[in-house]
Amino acid sequence: MKVVVCVKQVPDTKGGVKFNPDGTLDRAAMLTIMNPDDKAGLEAALRLKDKYDAEVTVVTMGLPKAEEVLREALAMGADKGILVTDRVLGGADTWATSQTLAGAIRNLDYDLIITGRQAIDGDTAQVGPQISEHLGIPVISYAQKIEIEGDSVVVERQYDDRYHVLKAKMPCLITALAELNEPRYMTPGGIFDAYKAEITTWGRADLKDVEDSNLGLKGSPTQIARASDKVRKGQGEKVTLDPNESVSYIMDKLKEKHVI
Amino acid sequence: MDFTLSKEHEMARALFKEFAEKEVKPLAIEVDETEEFPRATVEKMAKAGFMGIPVPKEYGGQGCDILTYAMCVEELAKVCGTTAVIVSAHTSLCCDPILTFGTEEQKQKYLPDLASGRKIGAFGLTEPGAGTDAQGQQTKAVLEGDEWVLNGSKIFITNGKEADVYVIFAITGVIEKRGRMTKEISAFIVEKGTPGFTFGTKEKKMGIRGSSTYELIFTDCRIPKDNMLGQQGKGFNIAMHTLDGGRIGIAAQALGIGEGALERTIEYVKERKQFGRAIGAFQNTQFQLADMATKAQAAQFMVYKAACTKDQYTRDHKTSYSVEAAQAKLYAAEMAMEVTTKAVQLHGGYGYTREYEVERMMRDAKITEIYEGTSEVQRMVISANLLK
Repeated sequence: MKVVVCVKQVPDTKGGVKFNPDGTLDRAAMLTIMNPDDKAGLEAALRLKDKYDAEVTVVTMGLPKAEEVLREALAMGADKGILVTDRVLGGADTWATSQTLAGAIRNLDYDLIITGRQAIDGDTAQVGPQISEHLGIPVISYAQKIEIEGDSVVVERQYDDRYHVLKAKMPCLITALAELNEPRYMTPGGIFDAYKAEITTWGRADLKDVEDSNLGLKGSPTQIARASDKVRKGQGEKVTLDPNESVSYIMDKLKEKHVI
Repeated sequence: MDFTLSKEHEMARALFKEFAEKEVKPLAIEVDETEEFPRATVEKMAKAGFMGIPVPKEYGGQGCDILTYAMCVEELAKVCGTTAVIVSAHTSLCCDPILTFGTEEQKQKYLPDLASGRKIGAFGLTEPGAGTDAQGQQTKAVLEGDEWVLNGSKIFITNGKEADVYVIFAITGVIEKRGRMTKEISAFIVEKGTPGFTFGTKEKKMGIRGSSTYELIFTDCRIPKDNMLGQQGKGFNIAMHTLDGGRIGIAAQALGIGEGALERTIEYVKERKQFGRAIGAFQNTQFQLADMATKAQAAQFMVYKAACTKDQYTRDHKTSYSVEAAQAKLYAAEMAMEVTTKAVQLHGGYGYTREYEVERMMRDAKITEIYEGTSEVQRMVISANLLK
């Protein structure tokens, strides 16, 4: 069984968000982590490795620095890491990203592709399902449980108030929720092995069956006009009044602020 | 000379830090209060490979260097002194002597279970009348047929009742040495559950209260002849060699305790206000913090240097790390005591309460000046090398 896991290196929001003067994220200046949903997806794949001896290949697209997230995946137990990096791929939106990843995955044998539901820096939840469309395979999103049954996967797909149980023949793609599992820690020995391992690096030329017009900034139908950090609201006001006075006080304030 | 850590070591530190913050820190107060061995945490550490960091992969370990192991103990100690010493005693005092002095059969039999954390290790040298004077041993081992028969007791044994495999020292005879009759000491591997091996009282300690410190009692305890560790009569050398390594673990523990107390104090002085200002704005606080940080940094260099020197020994089997280990332990332990005392002082009355963890850290720090060779013993080791 061969499993491909797509991961993304994202800013660690604990370290604060930093911007370039043009309003785009200054990724080089921020502490980074493996995107939590992707990490759960990787853990799901590693459990398939533990149980069925699956081969786990991890793919990421990003700056050369994104190699770190692949080393982390290897230190957790993944078998291979592939970094897709090329200047012409920069500035990609979800469409161009999914085209890129699909172009990379076309070079690989796989039974299952697992991606995270969404990345904490974009929150679109589009890349996983788009990859499945490009590859022409079924997708089951929002997985909270994954089981293998013969040549199929049985997945619990999460909703707000219920879940659906879906079965799909492999090859297929699953998008994982962070709640899917508790990802394992890297092992100390795994870290040292991960730095000895070779990371495969692919550029534009290595992508299969992808048009230039679907790649990078030029191939991105979505353009981000501006990104900004959360603007902190002013400190709230606390008053202690009896109920009648409170109501008139609040009404006055709302009028003053032109809310009503 | 390059003081930067490799990327591998940086990532390992990040791993240890994340684990310590998530899995160990939330339980530290409880472990201290209840004096209960943190078994669930040890199981998690076992799963993450922390119980066999410097043990070669062929024996089920992680195959990492001593520096990585020291950083693990350091990061654990920043949040919990108990958890740090459990790893240190297990690794340095049980895995290491079996790895260094064990036969191939002994290594195959014991190391995979120890390095994976399925079993926990301990070390028994100290006796009621034999502390710093390790030659004052009373525990005896007599060979009867194919078995050694052990009689005696060991005290202050870390991981005492929780361990499964024990490296135990006992007198196997009397020999003439430089015209004097001296005790011949040998080392043995004893397994929990061996008939005649029981536990005495649990020590009620000032600090590291969850580490299960027990008395071990041997009453006609019969162990296979093959369980002698190293050669007969070489026990004292094995003990001293083992403690040289153990001191790096304890030095790392002391380092972590000091650094942990410093971190807590930095957070506290930014928040605590007196006379309308955060107390961190006062120069006295700033100067105290500067001294604490400088000493912690110096201790870290010494601990890492000792660890790297032991790594050199692992490669060439020649380089001595005895003095480096003694200096690192001496300095780091005294730093830990000083820094935690200052941390409590800077916390004022709150620092004296159990709600603020610097109080526990101060209690935990004290033992690092005592066990695995007191600070006085470290000074003896260091000066003996100067005057030889």
